[in-house]
Amino acid sequence: MHVPDGFLDVSTSVATGAVAVAGVSLALRGARRELDDRAAPMAGLTAAFVFATQMLNFPVGAGTSGHLLGGALAAVLVGPWTAVLCLSVVLLVQSLLFADGGITALGTNITLMGLVGVVVGWLVFRGLQRLLPKRVGLVPAIAAVAAFVSVPVTALAFVGLYAVGGQAPVPLDTLAVAMLGWHSVIGVGEAAITGLVVGSVVSVRPDLVHGARRVLAARTLEVRTAPESAPARVDGAA
Amino acid sequence: MRTRTFVLAGIVVALLLAGVASYYASSHPDGLEYVAERTGFIDSADETATADGPLADYRTRGVDDARVSGGLAGVLGVVLTLLLATGIGFAVRRRSAPDGRSDRGDQEHLPTGRP
Repeated sequence: MHVPDGFLDVSTSVATGAVAVAGVSLALRGARRELDDRAAPMAGLTAAFVFATQMLNFPVGAGTSGHLLGGALAAVLVGPWTAVLCLSVVLLVQSLLFADGGITALGTNITLMGLVGVVVGWLVFRGLQRLLPKRVGLVPAIAAVAAFVSVPVTALAFVGLYAVGGQAPVPLDTLAVAMLGWHSVIGVGEAAITGLVVGSVVSVRPDLVHGARRVLAARTLEVRTAPESAPARVDGAA
Repeated sequence: MRTRTFVLAGIVVALLLAGVASYYASSHPDGLEYVAERTGFIDSADETATADGPLADYRTRGVDDARVSGGLAGVLGVVLTLLLATGIGFAVRRRSAPDGRSDRGDQEHLPTGRP
């Protein structure tokens, strides 16, 4: 969903640039709460993984393809603030070196995929996590649903920006319907990849998944209050 | 699995995805491009200033073989992204200084998830 230069007018691009700068600045502060010595390499790995996966366009029919946006995935893996930084690094590298997404459109792309995608993905994830049972096994499925929702919402955000600063006159309802339709299909791919990746990490190192931390904490409590689970686990002392 | 092993395995997967699997990715326009073509605003796109760069469009300039050219570009992108994001991660992290406030640091010694 990389926006090239020229789709949006200068004032809209300047505005999204300002939004992106503000968002990244906030994220640089907020990420401090999520990152410690152990999580810092995870930030690098997540960004590299999102970059790699964004190269893998999958066909969605009628000569169209889609690729992972990765906002929800990154938010669940490393936390929303760090995810904003990861996506921003990916988009910066893509724009400067790979000519994928315009330079004047970098703010737009960070706003859409780095902020809207991450924030929507994380809010849906946390909302569902609150409603559903606190089970580690549910984390990948919840992440998948959050990932699905994040894609059409990000597409709709683009339509919003286009309504304000689109350079070519296009009927907005047609644009909105087409963007929502295609990106709902792409969202299915986003959900599948996100569920698969989060599921893989949860199965080997659930403690490295930011979005599983609260659930893991709840599980530890359960074990300790169970009447007959006699074997004293090391983490009981923590 | 140790954290170091996990991160290294993840990096290998990312390198394989970008360096090898990317060759088999769909070359059709993505959702936004397709919609832009259909609704008629694709022509408003300008060529970006970096369009002539050595890695533009995920091709390595000077390498003719499409598989190698794309794979090399993908590997370089993964390495650069990894270095940048890891650097930022370490720069903004909480130092696990023994000031008693770092409650998360304790979790490093939890056996959670290890076989």
